[in-house]
Amino acid sequence: MATITTTRDGVPRAASQPTRGRPDRGFGTIGGYIGRTVLALFFAFPIIFMFASSLKPDNQIFADLSSLRAFLPVGDISMDNYKAVFDTVPAWRFLANSIGVSLLTVVLGVLVNSLAAFALSRMRWRGRGFVLAAIIATLVVPFETFALPLLWWVNKLPWLVMQNGQPMWTLGWLDSYQVQIIPFIANAFSIYLYYSYFSTIPKELDEAARIDGASWFRIYRSIIMPLAGPATATVAILTFLPAWNQFLWPLMAVQSENLRPVMVGVQYFFQLDVAWGPMMAYASLITIPVLALFLSFQRAFIGSIASSGVKG
Amino acid sequence: MSRFMIERRGTAVLAGVATAALALSACGVASTSSGGSAGELTLWTHNAGNPAELGVINQIVADYNASQSKYTVKLQAFPQESYNDAVVAAATAKKLPCVLDADAPTVPNWAYAGYLTPLDLPQDLVSKQLKSTLGNYQGKLYSIGMYDAALGLFARKSALEAAGVRIATVDNPWTAQEFADALAKIKADGKYQYAFDLGTGDSGTEWWTYGYSPFLQSFGGDLIDRNGYKTAGGVLNGDAALKWASWFQGLVKNGYTPAKSSTDAFADFVNGKSAMVWSGIWHSGNLSKLGADGIVMPPPDFGNGPKIGGGSWQWAVSSTCGEKAAAMDYITFSLNKKYLAEMAEKQNVIPATEEAAAMVDGWQPGGAKRFFLDESAKYAMIRPPTPGYPFLTTTFAKAAQDIIAGGDPKTILDQAVSDIDADLKANNHYGF
Repeated sequence: MATITTTRDGVPRAASQPTRGRPDRGFGTIGGYIGRTVLALFFAFPIIFMFASSLKPDNQIFADLSSLRAFLPVGDISMDNYKAVFDTVPAWRFLANSIGVSLLTVVLGVLVNSLAAFALSRMRWRGRGFVLAAIIATLVVPFETFALPLLWWVNKLPWLVMQNGQPMWTLGWLDSYQVQIIPFIANAFSIYLYYSYFSTIPKELDEAARIDGASWFRIYRSIIMPLAGPATATVAILTFLPAWNQFLWPLMAVQSENLRPVMVGVQYFFQLDVAWGPMMAYASLITIPVLALFLSFQRAFIGSIASSGVKG
Repeated sequence: MSRFMIERRGTAVLAGVATAALALSACGVASTSSGGSAGELTLWTHNAGNPAELGVINQIVADYNASQSKYTVKLQAFPQESYNDAVVAAATAKKLPCVLDADAPTVPNWAYAGYLTPLDLPQDLVSKQLKSTLGNYQGKLYSIGMYDAALGLFARKSALEAAGVRIATVDNPWTAQEFADALAKIKADGKYQYAFDLGTGDSGTEWWTYGYSPFLQSFGGDLIDRNGYKTAGGVLNGDAALKWASWFQGLVKNGYTPAKSSTDAFADFVNGKSAMVWSGIWHSGNLSKLGADGIVMPPPDFGNGPKIGGGSWQWAVSSTCGEKAAAMDYITFSLNKKYLAEMAEKQNVIPATEEAAAMVDGWQPGGAKRFFLDESAKYAMIRPPTPGYPFLTTTFAKAAQDIIAGGDPKTILDQAVSDIDADLKANNHYGF
């Protein structure tokens, strides 16, 4: 039986697998750092511009566009745009909605997709390859092509509610939280990512556990998932981002303002006389949770991409 | 674990599911219907994020709900940019509200698609309205507005004076030659990067049509032949249209206007980048930042009279509304002159009736804002009231963008006519 070790990023690796040498020190490293710094600044400029502009009045934003002042919090700066945000949009409500919807989608997505991938990767059953191919095939279908059929479908689905203390069926999920969550739990990309990752975990672990009398669910819960931390982090981020960025679907399926997510709120600022400053302030506010999440899971996220070779 | 135990557990689970299903099937079914529940009228409006306009509508709804006890109007506000998508999605799901507002050029399409029902309003109320606030299709009134909007040529008085150019008025607009001279002189003056900013940075389709098709109409062309609405041939690619295209492209070629304006051309105008900008009444508040130097003029007359687009947001009633009489009653209530006046004052729009204009400072004859009402009454031209308008506007916007980008006008306009005529034919001329 091969010896299995687990690397710092949680990826199981055979002990005999070669490791990479240390990178060269010296000029090449300095050049690398300079290059990376330039690239980092290049990619950070839009975010720096957004935060800087969120402190400026509209006219100054445009007056500063032709110089580096656009990226600096200088001139007539104030928090007025942030005050205007809360006068224009129920921002806290939208943030709470998006956090709730995104987190539930992530938690349920991790559970459902990892279970599906476990069944496809670890269990032997007839038609497994066909089911996997069918799931992967759905990746090529863009959401926009089935948004309307999905809308029609969810409008026909029943839901149980309590009315005057009595359970009642209602028809249609429109204008609800569940319509923003349930259709996005099962995700072909997440299943494929888990499937790829699970395939790197030696089958000998399952066999040993089965001999010891563990059920399939016990193997999933106590062996496979604890080893799949980086994959879970990647799935969590790749599920969270689209859930957080949902725009078209809530626009179609949600009518009540108190159920809307943050992205719909961006359009509140696109009046004929666009409020650029408040819009930048709002964009800054709704970017903070995403940045925080990415920074928290950055190591695991990169580790999973490096080990699975999958890019989001 | 033995097979027997697994089977027993499976049987228990199945029994549990069956019991739960039976229990749930015994539950009642709560009814939901389009337009709101019994006694409730749902109203959708496009102005989420616009506290001025939304505030007035909230007030009207509150007053209406307090004025009677039979119906309660429930308001839902959507952001303007995505409002049409929300309405179309709701129509697909048969969940349209009873009362909804609609941008004037989309009304014929929604009427043709069966979303809207003709309005049944008191004739004396309808007859008082500005014509551009009425949404007619096939001889029936489908929508009615509380206000209209208007475009204008915003300018710096000092720039015109320095160039030795007279200020145009509604009664005495510039001719095409005067406009050309003004552009050449302001450019020669060298004080401004651009003499005239068309505002081409707005990638929204409707701005290109609302903003620039009136120039085409002033040259004598149009988006479609309004005599039958069955072809764009001759009006969108005839001599007049080619002259318009050549002039339009010349603005960029001569360096008078940027090929692509910045995202906010009016901010550039206020910041001194351009001497004149083509924009709308919604920016008249920002014009005050220039003090007495900020003025607004009508568009030039390119041969067929100055033209601006007519028709803004208007109220309509959905065909699926279960309480149509109540919906008509609400709309009648909302068109009271005091609400029209309040809307004009708070939102800075043209009041729909002279009665309302007389109630608001600045809108009376000779008032500071009167320019827009007089301009609208004299020069507003309704965008073609055909269900094919969404295709017309998309096609025209693309053609205008291609012309500005330097393409061959004749090729572009011939292609636009070909595309429009194909769409009209494919849709059986939308019932015309």
